[in-house]
Amino acid sequence: MIAETGHYALVLALALALIQSTVPLVGARRGDVALMNVARSTALAQLLFTGASFALLVALHVISDFSVVNVFENSHSLKPLIYKITGVWGNHEGSMLLWVSILALFGGLVAAFGNNLPLSLRAHVLAVQAWVASAFYLFILFTSNPFLRIANPPIEGRDLNPVLQDIGLAVHPPMLYLGYVGFSISFSFAVAALLEGRIDAAWARWVRPWTLVAWIFLTLGIAMGSYWAYYELGWGGWWFWDPVENASLMPWLAGTALLHSAVVMEKRNALKVWTVLLSILTFSLSLLGTFLVRSGVLTSVHAFATDPARGVFILLILCIFIGGSLSLYAWRASSLKQGGLFAPISREGALVLNNLFLTAACATVFIGTLYPLALEVLTGDKISVGAPFFNLTFAPLFVPLMLAVPFGPLLAWKRGDLYGAAQRLTAAGIAALVAIAVLWAWTRGGATLAPLAIGLAVFVIAGALTDLAERTGLFRLPLAVSFRRAQGLPRSAWGSAFAHAGVGVALIGVVCETTWNSEYIATMKPDQVAKVAGYELKLDGISQRQGPNFREMIAQFSVSRDGRPLQVMTPSKRSFTTRGMSTTEAALLTRGVSQLYISLGEASADGGIAVRIYHKPLVLLIWFGPVLMAFGGLLSLSDRRLRVGAPKPAKAARALQAAE
Amino acid sequence: MRKLIAILVVVACAAFAGASAYAVQPDEIMADPAKEARARELSRELRCMVCQNQSIDDSDAPLARDLRLLVRERIAAGDSDNQVIDFLVARYGEFVLLKPRFSPHTLLLWLLPPLILIGGGAALWAYSRRRIAAAGVGDAGLQLTDNEKARLERLLESDPSVAPKDPHG
Repeated sequence: MIAETGHYALVLALALALIQSTVPLVGARRGDVALMNVARSTALAQLLFTGASFALLVALHVISDFSVVNVFENSHSLKPLIYKITGVWGNHEGSMLLWVSILALFGGLVAAFGNNLPLSLRAHVLAVQAWVASAFYLFILFTSNPFLRIANPPIEGRDLNPVLQDIGLAVHPPMLYLGYVGFSISFSFAVAALLEGRIDAAWARWVRPWTLVAWIFLTLGIAMGSYWAYYELGWGGWWFWDPVENASLMPWLAGTALLHSAVVMEKRNALKVWTVLLSILTFSLSLLGTFLVRSGVLTSVHAFATDPARGVFILLILCIFIGGSLSLYAWRASSLKQGGLFAPISREGALVLNNLFLTAACATVFIGTLYPLALEVLTGDKISVGAPFFNLTFAPLFVPLMLAVPFGPLLAWKRGDLYGAAQRLTAAGIAALVAIAVLWAWTRGGATLAPLAIGLAVFVIAGALTDLAERTGLFRLPLAVSFRRAQGLPRSAWGSAFAHAGVGVALIGVVCETTWNSEYIATMKPDQVAKVAGYELKLDGISQRQGPNFREMIAQFSVSRDGRPLQVMTPSKRSFTTRGMSTTEAALLTRGVSQLYISLGEASADGGIAVRIYHKPLVLLIWFGPVLMAFGGLLSLSDRRLRVGAPKPAKAARALQAAE
Repeated sequence: MRKLIAILVVVACAAFAGASAYAVQPDEIMADPAKEARARELSRELRCMVCQNQSIDDSDAPLARDLRLLVRERIAAGDSDNQVIDFLVARYGEFVLLKPRFSPHTLLLWLLPPLILIGGGAALWAYSRRRIAAAGVGDAGLQLTDNEKARLERLLESDPSVAPKDPHG
């Protein structure tokens, strides 16, 4: 009964979405307020029904109703409750349902909090949102229905893939989807603007907070996925340039560019046409990511060809939305008026440069990810494009971008003074040179690039601080005045400083981890001692334990440094009986922001066990960086001027006039 | 196995295929640390062909182990890095390289990224010059007009850095 209700709720949501796709548009054409308001109620009702449908699927997993295929294939009665819940989106059907639920959530939010939007804009936005929703409801109902029953219900399920039975992965997909799907709002706003043929600074002001929300979630989602890979996959890697990762990186890069161009549009009424294009591209890349991950095309072009139902359906959705929105763009973009002028050296110019590099970086990832697929389809040649390619092409794009980051906020709008900005960055530049010199002296004979990269990171961080110091008049004015200014500084200024510093922090982590990582691989027997980066790790012994749905082999290590005992580390290896798979549970010992990392391999016949021990200096900075960026985003979001997502009505009217 | 990989790919948005990857085993390591370091470097450039986008250094698949041993065998036999790579390409094809060689069929792959950057930069520059020229404003036209200043101030009311008194505003 639960399954049927969930299925039915989903069908009703589709019906509501179809109404929402059409009626408000008719209303907008006729100027009929009642019809335009249909969008609001249908969006809220859609959220209710999709939410109910999702909650019912969760209920099915929690009560382990194995008469439902989805539960049978991905759950087990002995699985801990938390993983019964998170297992809902640990599979294709469930994760697509989560996808549309989040889409409905965003639609509902616009409906609920979009009272200050012009009525026809809201009607258009929600209608476009419903187009996307309808397509995905159809996709789920026709090819990926999670509510299907089995004729002869088995008594036990097949369990969830053990790698996914982890708290990191429980939270990662929802975060990522909040990001992916959140960009649908900027997409809908862009298409609505094209349909209406009208766009102004107020539009950018409405779009920015939504983009920011999506960007914050995507940033955290990617960082979390990376940390999960780091501790769960057992060899301490945190980024693999895997197509699935690239699929999430592309919308992030485009979304970051969008955040910056929306600033120019809001503040200076320029870059309108470009901002609209970026909004479309960012969500298109989210859709592309969904296609790449969901269609199986990545496993092999042939796997896609043998079971094409889902792949072709998503490909169709992809073509309709991307093709459609880009055609609309080509047709209508010229009707959008050009905004203010600016000199190449100016705040706007710096933001355009940022967009150029981020877009080029995004294109590089796009080409690297899809080139092998395209080549195989067209010529049959098989090539691989992996980490070495991306490291080689991506880094040169990021170096100039990072060099430019500190200059941007110090340049004036419209026409800036590069020399003046450079003067004010003298201290930051000196800090960077000192960092390089110290590192060079300290690691004499070591890697030459690493100190330079860290110097660059220090420059970015010091640059962010310089920006704050300049704005508050720190060191120039009496401390009390600076303090008052700091309090009066808009939160978005703090936000961008934090976010920019976050980029530098992450870079330091990346460079340290890749350059000064120590590794120890050996077969160890009890009472043997491994020495890694000044730490002594003694293997005390190996024991066995029975978990709820796995057996576990645990090794115990006593860690000491200079003869002083520090802590006990217990890496383990779990064997999951139902699927016959095993996972490594690495043990981590955090010292400051560095970590010791132990993962276990196979036990040998003579009582030894293969171990990998790593010392990863400053590794945690890799994820603190994105957390800082997201925190900066939150600060910006909490800015008084952005909080409600739009200016007060009186101001909105003025802004609209100014734009005409 | 294929189904399993498919599930993994489908499931996680950041699934990197291969459950308990373990890679280099203790018994594979070469006695000479310099040679071992070379072997590790090379391993990172070579693909485990039955895995998804994993290098043989990362993968615990039996094939990856065979390839790692093969690389070490060639190094022990005195091959240079390039000879080892050539040997593997001759045996397994270009597919084994994670960084494709520069050749006619990878021309676009290697050239597009820099072309996009340079082309985009040039287009932006030309566009910006044309717009400024078309607007017929000299340098003076690029100062913020009073109207624009007022607008910015409205937007940034409490932002001291753009307050009129600030020379950098």
